[in-house]
Amino acid sequence: MNFFKLSPRDALLMVVFAAVVLLAPIWMKPFGAAYPDLLQKFAIFGLFAIGFNILFGLTGYLSFGHAAFLGIGSYTTVWTFKLLSMNPIPAVIFGTLVAGLFAVLIGFVSLRRTGIYFSILTLAFAQMCYNLAYSVLTPITNGETGLRVLRDDPMLLDKALGVVQEGSPIGSFFGINMRGYPAFYFCAVILIIGFFISLRIFRSPFGLKLRAIKSNQNRMRYTGFNTRPYLLWAFVISGMYAGMAGSMLAVTDPLAGAERMQWTASGEVVLMTILGGVGTLIGPMLGAVLIKYFENIFSAFNESALHDMFSFLPSWLETVMVTVVHPFVGEGWHLTLGSLFMVIVIFLPGGLVEGATRLFKRRKSDGVTNKNSGSEN
Amino acid sequence: MVGNIVLNIQNVDKTFGGLQALSNVNMQIEEGKIHAIIGPNGAGKSTLLNVCIGRLEPTSGTVRFDGEIITGKAPYEINQAGVVRVFQTPEIFPELTILENVMIPALAKRDGAFSFNPFKSMSDETDIFKEAELVLEDMGLIDQMYDHSGSMSRGDKRRLELAMGLVQRPRLLLLDEPTAGMSRADTNATIETLIRIKERGMTKVIIEHDMHVVFSLADKISVLAQGAIIAEGAPDEIRGNPKVQEAYLGGAH
Repeated sequence: MNFFKLSPRDALLMVVFAAVVLLAPIWMKPFGAAYPDLLQKFAIFGLFAIGFNILFGLTGYLSFGHAAFLGIGSYTTVWTFKLLSMNPIPAVIFGTLVAGLFAVLIGFVSLRRTGIYFSILTLAFAQMCYNLAYSVLTPITNGETGLRVLRDDPMLLDKALGVVQEGSPIGSFFGINMRGYPAFYFCAVILIIGFFISLRIFRSPFGLKLRAIKSNQNRMRYTGFNTRPYLLWAFVISGMYAGMAGSMLAVTDPLAGAERMQWTASGEVVLMTILGGVGTLIGPMLGAVLIKYFENIFSAFNESALHDMFSFLPSWLETVMVTVVHPFVGEGWHLTLGSLFMVIVIFLPGGLVEGATRLFKRRKSDGVTNKNSGSEN
Repeated sequence: MVGNIVLNIQNVDKTFGGLQALSNVNMQIEEGKIHAIIGPNGAGKSTLLNVCIGRLEPTSGTVRFDGEIITGKAPYEINQAGVVRVFQTPEIFPELTILENVMIPALAKRDGAFSFNPFKSMSDETDIFKEAELVLEDMGLIDQMYDHSGSMSRGDKRRLELAMGLVQRPRLLLLDEPTAGMSRADTNATIETLIRIKERGMTKVIIEHDMHVVFSLADKISVLAQGAIIAEGAPDEIRGNPKVQEAYLGGAH
């Protein structure tokens, strides 16, 4: 078994993906998105969605509770910071593993049901985690204030190795502070690894079996497969991706709060995946970038910005335009997101990737008729 | 001379509420033979097959495969033991390609009920690919193997269904009306295929309405009427049996 062996097409995809991600600070500039905080979010939520897609895209099981794993990853990471070291490597490893452990428990129970009942069970578990983090588990989660790293925390590993930090504690990758662009590149590398693993899963017999379960689970049973462990593995893997994403949230900003586990956060990753294209390789990443981009751009507009934007119009028209557009921006940007989501689901049920494929096919068939030439491909 | 008994159905009863679907069914399937089960609609033929593959549990009685009780086992365990059913209404994976549809049962045969191999590549599975290719060649589906199976014609879907069963090289193949809804030409082609694979020593149980199919294939016939076996024997004996003619053949002609 050759771990790094890819078909030429997949190798190309991998190279393009890595290049696009690593060069994002350059090509994102014209879109006004080339600042590290936003780029970090793209990478982190892209990873979250890529992992979610392994469950939802391949098996068709729609979890409404994956934000719980995101939160668990964050809390574990902050605790690793507090107890061991400000180095993000052990923090991300522990965040991923602990989220995976919780995924085994939650998956084991939730996967006893299918369809809407499965979704409801996962939602219930996630809401339970959220409420526990706010109430009973306050000693661990620090409740509403959120869990943060303090200067006098033990940090045993750092103390043992004599690593000392000035100022407020911040994730530090062997001396490189996890802020700004270094933090983005840390996230980007993990994202690329995560994408590679997802690609391998898609191309594996395991991935094929998961797609067959989505297509006709009953038939799988009569074909000789015990489908339960397959589903559990898919659930755990996607839970670990979520935990890793949560970990990176805490690496880039060493603070964990319970709001990260709220059901809206679980819903967001569902939107990302559907928007980009369920069951496609790059769709979830596209969806995550699009949503985080719009969230940032649209929510930044306020009334005075709108007045500036429409100032070239006669003043009565300016007032009308501002009144019409105002509910869609700033705090109301969810209205824009909702409309966008509806348009996509109605006209492009396969998401952005389907849109791109259709466009590509049309241009290709146009080209064929124009040139009246034979087959290509 | 009785050969090795592969499937032994003993005193099987099945009731649905007040309805007696099967009453005290006893049947022995011999290794390497084609055993047909015929009977009018509602006689309990499909119920009997469902009991054999674990979809239904009998109210009482047992089914033994190779001497081991399989009643109460999960469908995937029964499949892994070597009992494969070909469904009457095509049960395929419509989102996958024809090739993938056949590779999946081949993987089940090789890897067992569960194997975790997320870093293996399907493109390295040349053995599985070859096995699938061979069966698809046999079924005349090789030219379209990269097409999506969901858009196939009904007749082609049924052939795919058969291919999915055959690729597992089961010890016992249960066929539920393999030619129902097929044209005469397709029916003959299917009969030919079934005769061809008979030589491979696969034991087969066939439920069939079409008398032409039954009498050209079967070594032994059991006649089921109202959940009970009313006659059993070689095709010639069954043809001449007045009880059978009354219950079944008489009604049909």
